[in-house]
Amino acid sequence: MEAASNPFKPSAVEKRKTRVESIVKWLMFGMAILLIIPVFGILFHLFHKAAPVLSWDYIWESPTNRGKEGGIWLPLIGTFYLVLVSLVIVAPVGILAGIYINEYAPNNWFTRVINMAVTSLAGVPSIVHALFGVGAFVLTLNMGACLLSAACTIAVMTIPVIVTATREALAAVPMAFREACWNMGASKWQTIRTIVLPNSISGILTGVILEISRAAGETAPILFTGAAASVAVRMNSLGDKLMPYELDDRFMALSYHLHVVAEKIHGMPEEMKYGTAAVLIALILLINSFSITLRIFLRSRKKW
Amino acid sequence: MIRKSQAKLGAFLDKAEKPIQWLITLCGWSSIIFVAAIFIFILKESWPAPLTLNWGEFFFSHRWIPVPAEGNEPTYGAMGIMYGTLAITVVSMFIAVPLGLGSAVYISEFATPKLKETLKVLIEFLAAIPSIIWGFIGLVIMGPIIQKVFGVAVGVNLLNASIVVGLMAVPLIVSISEDALRAVPDSYREASLALGASKWEMIYRVLFPAAKNGLLAACMLGVGRAVGETMAVWMASGGTDNIPENFFDPMLLLERVKALTATIAGEMPEAVNGGEHYQVLFIVGIVLLTISVVINVVSDLIIKGFKADKA
Repeated sequence: MEAASNPFKPSAVEKRKTRVESIVKWLMFGMAILLIIPVFGILFHLFHKAAPVLSWDYIWESPTNRGKEGGIWLPLIGTFYLVLVSLVIVAPVGILAGIYINEYAPNNWFTRVINMAVTSLAGVPSIVHALFGVGAFVLTLNMGACLLSAACTIAVMTIPVIVTATREALAAVPMAFREACWNMGASKWQTIRTIVLPNSISGILTGVILEISRAAGETAPILFTGAAASVAVRMNSLGDKLMPYELDDRFMALSYHLHVVAEKIHGMPEEMKYGTAAVLIALILLINSFSITLRIFLRSRKKW
Repeated sequence: MIRKSQAKLGAFLDKAEKPIQWLITLCGWSSIIFVAAIFIFILKESWPAPLTLNWGEFFFSHRWIPVPAEGNEPTYGAMGIMYGTLAITVVSMFIAVPLGLGSAVYISEFATPKLKETLKVLIEFLAAIPSIIWGFIGLVIMGPIIQKVFGVAVGVNLLNASIVVGLMAVPLIVSISEDALRAVPDSYREASLALGASKWEMIYRVLFPAAKNGLLAACMLGVGRAVGETMAVWMASGGTDNIPENFFDPMLLLERVKALTATIAGEMPEAVNGGEHYQVLFIVGIVLLTISVVINVVSDLIIKGFKADKA
């Protein structure tokens, strides 16, 4: 009787459909949560375990007794110089490559191949990059295993990060901007230099920051190209402390140091392992938050 | 003063248009140059092993004994380590594909705009965690847990490595599948909902078929990520190249395995520079490189179609 009085009452089929839909919805929400919660739980655990050693002294002191005591200054500054040198190499090449692909490249099969090469380069396993670094920089160019070889290897590996970001940033600049500039009699390069680049610099910057985060975390490419488990450097003055490595020195890096303290040395105190991991992950998360904040800020004040 | 020098620089840059264009073109080709260079230099270092290597043994024997006992010849049978890579890839995809596709569908179809942004940022953070940290998590945190839960002697094994690699591959799968789902026009969704489909029916019957190329490519790139992962696999997988007799025995999850990438990373420091072992490790590198380039090119073709796009 009631069913007849309410013609909009859902039928059995419709009820089942709604039920299935809500089950699926919660299931998928569960998957997304399952992905995120454990990882952040682990990170919390990691910082919790590392808390006893984390202090300014831990960052400022150099490791002694093969990393069992002391701090992590030498690996930290090594990572800094590795990132800096790789950035100096990769940023110009990557940005110019992005400009070529978005502004100059004709729409033909060759450009398609270039784009495929960019994605392929991004997908090459990091250990293969390490082998390339050994073959090309350490042996063929005879640079030896050193900071410069490692930075070159990292640079080749991270080209796609900057190319992709630059390409997308340039593509976001409206075509009308370029057309207006051309109509004023500017050449192609003048247009790019004065109109397109200033309007896309923020997107390019995001790519550069992503490169920094990648370069700081990578371990495999520097394994055979220059990273060392320990180095002997003079530590007499502040200058030595701030610039302990020459370009042709072997160096310590945070990521490789973590590998060494976590796996290679017996009797390593737990908190030293967790401390190194915590500093590395904090560094990476910090760099990434910076890039995300920058992106959100720039999106909010976009003019067109 | 600054304005003046800026203007000077500008005039100089304008005059230099031709050389700058050459420079830009050269940099534009750099990716092709580097992919080719990677092939060439790795081949160069492996030479002449590709001619002298017993390829039958390399692919079909599991006797990987590069440093044999006194009086024996070294043998390079890579089947055991190829099995390791394959096993980690397959098991990790059982974790990564459902989680990745599920999260992508949730983010793109169900989540409110605010939740969507939050989830995307969190997954971006997940993608940023370097592989050495994942290796550390596998070795130091998950290892003891697996030891306790399953009562095994060693916590670094196939299961551990697969969970770690699976979680590493998820962000990539999520971001590419989400792109694929977003590329489906809204009119498809509206038409199907207007015909009385529930949201799930719409996703299952309309979105999945429409976005299937992109979703497939996402899974393939996840596979590529799993095959190429080095540090995490090296630290979390244990490293023994046995081939099991029964591939469907669930206890295999608790066996230690050894992957192609981990073999290179672990044995390069011991290999004599220019020796046969060293050259064979570079051949393993060529195998990995070939797999990754093929996966990337094929997934690119799947996403964009075989013809050059018009845009």
